[in-house]
Amino acid sequence: MLAKRIIPCLDVKDGQTVKGTNFLQLRQAGDPVELGKVYSTQGADELVFLDITASHEGRKTFTDMVQKVAAEVDIPFTVGGGISELRDVERMLNAGADKISVNSAALRRPELIDEIVRHFGSQVCVVAIDAQQKNGEWTCFLNGGRIPTDRNLFDWAREVNDRGAGEILFTSMNHDGVKQGFACDALSRLASELTIPVIASGGAGKMEDFRDVFLCGQADAALAASVFHFGQISIPELKEYLRNERINIRI
Amino acid sequence: MKVAVVKYNAGNIFSVVHALKRMGVEPLLTDSPQELRSADKVIFPGQGEASNAMHYLRQRGLDEVIRSLTQPVLGICIGQQLLCRHSEEGDVDCLGIFDADVKRFVPLRHEDKIPHMGWNSLSFSAEDGLLPTAPLFQGMGEEYVYFVHSYYVPVCRETAAITEYIHPFSAAMQKDNFFATQFHPEKSGKVGQQIIHNFLSL
Repeated sequence: MLAKRIIPCLDVKDGQTVKGTNFLQLRQAGDPVELGKVYSTQGADELVFLDITASHEGRKTFTDMVQKVAAEVDIPFTVGGGISELRDVERMLNAGADKISVNSAALRRPELIDEIVRHFGSQVCVVAIDAQQKNGEWTCFLNGGRIPTDRNLFDWAREVNDRGAGEILFTSMNHDGVKQGFACDALSRLASELTIPVIASGGAGKMEDFRDVFLCGQADAALAASVFHFGQISIPELKEYLRNERINIRI
Repeated sequence: MKVAVVKYNAGNIFSVVHALKRMGVEPLLTDSPQELRSADKVIFPGQGEASNAMHYLRQRGLDEVIRSLTQPVLGICIGQQLLCRHSEEGDVDCLGIFDADVKRFVPLRHEDKIPHMGWNSLSFSAEDGLLPTAPLFQGMGEEYVYFVHSYYVPVCRETAAITEYIHPFSAAMQKDNFFATQFHPEKSGKVGQQIIHNFLSL
């Protein structure tokens, strides 16, 4: 049976791992290549590296880091952040990434998804969606949660699905950094409406949150950052716990 | 030991090269018939579209070269599929080492997502005539390995390990000196490394 995946996410700025709370404050959390290796040894199923650098110089540093990760880590990894055209995708895949994630650029120009799928296959194309629920409505945001759009989460997710993306990485801005659990209602609705896997992100605080995101949220994978970086949850313990909760997990 | 990796137009060939380097093996990435024929082991990796890959191999005569190899050969992912008779992907005739045809997954329920992507377990059931004594899987149990694919090889005489997704399919195959895995050992952590190690030890 296909296992549910546990995915640590590493936000990388100028070659260092950082983690924001509610997308804003940043704290240092170490060398991304080393951290990635540690997670893979501990049993992480995949890794995500997000480039949150703005400068051109920082982008080059990130590409160098992707090459190091590809050389040293023996599990699949996705890279995202600042990918806005096919050339960026090609650069990341050539550096050794298994998948890339696009977010704002796909919202601005949805055809980018079709282009990536046509050139590199749907399996490399992860579309990240940051959305916030307000007055019962889920709305998508651009630029790391800074700029609201008029796109509804479920409409956009279905379009992404139909354009051939391989996976959706959904972050609930209401839950991100709050550590009170994932957005299980929205997630289970996404699972029932889509035909591609959904990676849940935002809200992990304790091991029970992961159980709930798989059982109630019907997510295919769960992504988290600070609970892993700061050692609140260890991946081996989490996987043991989930297996005892009868969730199919790779140990 | 000289390990050659077949260089062609498939994606993500470098991940196999990296995996070998992590194991202390410096592989030769090549499309030269002489280099491939004289290697001790040949790895035929890849990710991509079957008919484009076959077209590329035929244009350069690599189809004949691969067919004629007598040393241990390991096909990975699209590599396993191209070693079969025919693929539904692009309706293309392949290398015909394995007596099987590649089919596209057809979902039966809403939960059956295509591509089959992620970690799934290998099984070697005696009922299917499979034992974990197959050379690639020495000493292994029901290990999890990493898959990414939309097409599959049905269970057949040459199946060496089975994985269940929608229905059972060939997770690994073997015939004479040809070995193949549908999953990516180079992305399957320690278990994958052991499988590559087992192949290199043949």
